[in-house]
Amino acid sequence: MSDNVWIIGTTMCRFGRYPDKDTVDLASEVALGALADAGTTMADMQVLAVGCLMEAANMMGQHLQKQIGQTGIPVYNVANACATGATAVRTVILSIKAGEADMGLAVGVEQMGKMGLLGPAGRERQKPTGYERSGRYGAVMPVEGVLGTGLMPGVFAQAGMEYASRHDGVGFEQFAKVAEKNHAHSALNPLAQYQKAFSLAEVMDSAMVAYPNTLLMCCPTGDGAAAVVLCSDAKLKTLDPDVRRRAVKISASVLTSDPYVASDTAQPDVSTLTRTAAAAAYEQAGVSPTDLDLVELHDCFATAELIHYENLSLCEPGGAGDFIDRRGPWRDGDIPVNVSGGLISKGHPIGATGVANLYEVATHLRGEAGDRQIEGATVGLTHVIGLGSACAVHVLEKAAS
Amino acid sequence: MGEKAQMAVVDYLVLGDDPHLEANACRSCGALFFDRRNACARCGAVGFERRALATTGVVRSYTIIHRAAPNVPVPYVSTVVELDGGGVVKANLVDAGSDPDKIELGMKVRLTTFACGRDEEGTEAVAFGFTPA
Repeated sequence: MSDNVWIIGTTMCRFGRYPDKDTVDLASEVALGALADAGTTMADMQVLAVGCLMEAANMMGQHLQKQIGQTGIPVYNVANACATGATAVRTVILSIKAGEADMGLAVGVEQMGKMGLLGPAGRERQKPTGYERSGRYGAVMPVEGVLGTGLMPGVFAQAGMEYASRHDGVGFEQFAKVAEKNHAHSALNPLAQYQKAFSLAEVMDSAMVAYPNTLLMCCPTGDGAAAVVLCSDAKLKTLDPDVRRRAVKISASVLTSDPYVASDTAQPDVSTLTRTAAAAAYEQAGVSPTDLDLVELHDCFATAELIHYENLSLCEPGGAGDFIDRRGPWRDGDIPVNVSGGLISKGHPIGATGVANLYEVATHLRGEAGDRQIEGATVGLTHVIGLGSACAVHVLEKAAS
Repeated sequence: MGEKAQMAVVDYLVLGDDPHLEANACRSCGALFFDRRNACARCGAVGFERRALATTGVVRSYTIIHRAAPNVPVPYVSTVVELDGGGVVKANLVDAGSDPDKIELGMKVRLTTFACGRDEEGTEAVAFGFTPA
């Protein structure tokens, strides 16, 4: 069994909209980019995992191979909601840990265009002829808007408001401050879909989507891709000094699902599994939250980021409102969170997200993040959550020398 | 004109003189589910019984939806309600407006029903929601 797994190559494309390309084009570009960054080629890859949620049944990994190298290695096509990309990475990690591969490639890609609200409940409905019961709840019609909401902006709004109901000092303004921060951070990131700062008033006054989430507090849909090349300890020792110098250690890789809670009957829980994943990751890596130089967490909505401050133990219990009020997660604060701009401004092409956050943290640990570099960063954490629910947390560390 | 036909919008809403929700309760640990289960998600036991739930509870969370699918009227308030005696359910908060300053987290609510559609045969679909108690 390999003791450690290392990131030796990584790249992402700027998130945005690429109407003249398809997912295979986007995946191919980042895969070749990551291989070049690692100074290697497909000929050395022993496993490939590809995450593309909306084309998960489409053999994306094999399509990718046909563009960049069809070598006969095992391919995993992975889907795990918004944790899809991170799950692809973890699939390669497991192959290396199992000793089946010493080098592998993980790619996350998605093309969403201007999709708007996700899921069938966001689309127009037909008028019924005669009511008939269907589905597991015996519904006679689609119940979105009739029995509350199950669409993402509202689900994550309700998750945030549930936190607000239990803790003083958390409200619309605290949630809005999260988006103010992430938009400001994105102005320094040339790979972000949007790179524009907004004042707190602009965030709060933008069109309301699902209170307390305004438009500027919701991640956009878009296209994008990211890739990582991973290798084992033993393999790393055989590689060029320059590759070794830039290698980033994966100190923890944890995947959880949501354990039973009574409120599952209303909507999926996004907190408990994040807490258990974070606790396991800190233990695996032997680091504590105060050791973290930067965190890329799953801010699909501003309300989500705020509750994850506590779920990831970045603040005291009940202290998420105070943490944002005192600018703790800003890039010059106690624990910089989403210095890339986060999902809210960097963008959230679903399959790419959980790979792109590894790209972001690894790039800082390598000291190659340009204008947005967190100086002297040595330890970082990534977090993604897929509603339903799946949570992946990775801890990355700069090589010792 | 015969009696107007009504149908509950989902099968866990029981209509009649005393409208209420009904859940499948695990015989072993009491966990509640609104759909059918093969075994209990909480304890793994396989026996369930139908249980009528309370019609009163508290607002555990809410959101005010301003952007929705094309023919869903907005704004509306979606709420997560914790029922007295057990059960957590999502529904619309009705008769409470859509001003966040007037909706209180933790406020007491009670179940109500409302017509939510009519099919071409004249059958009325009836949904449940919650109203300030």
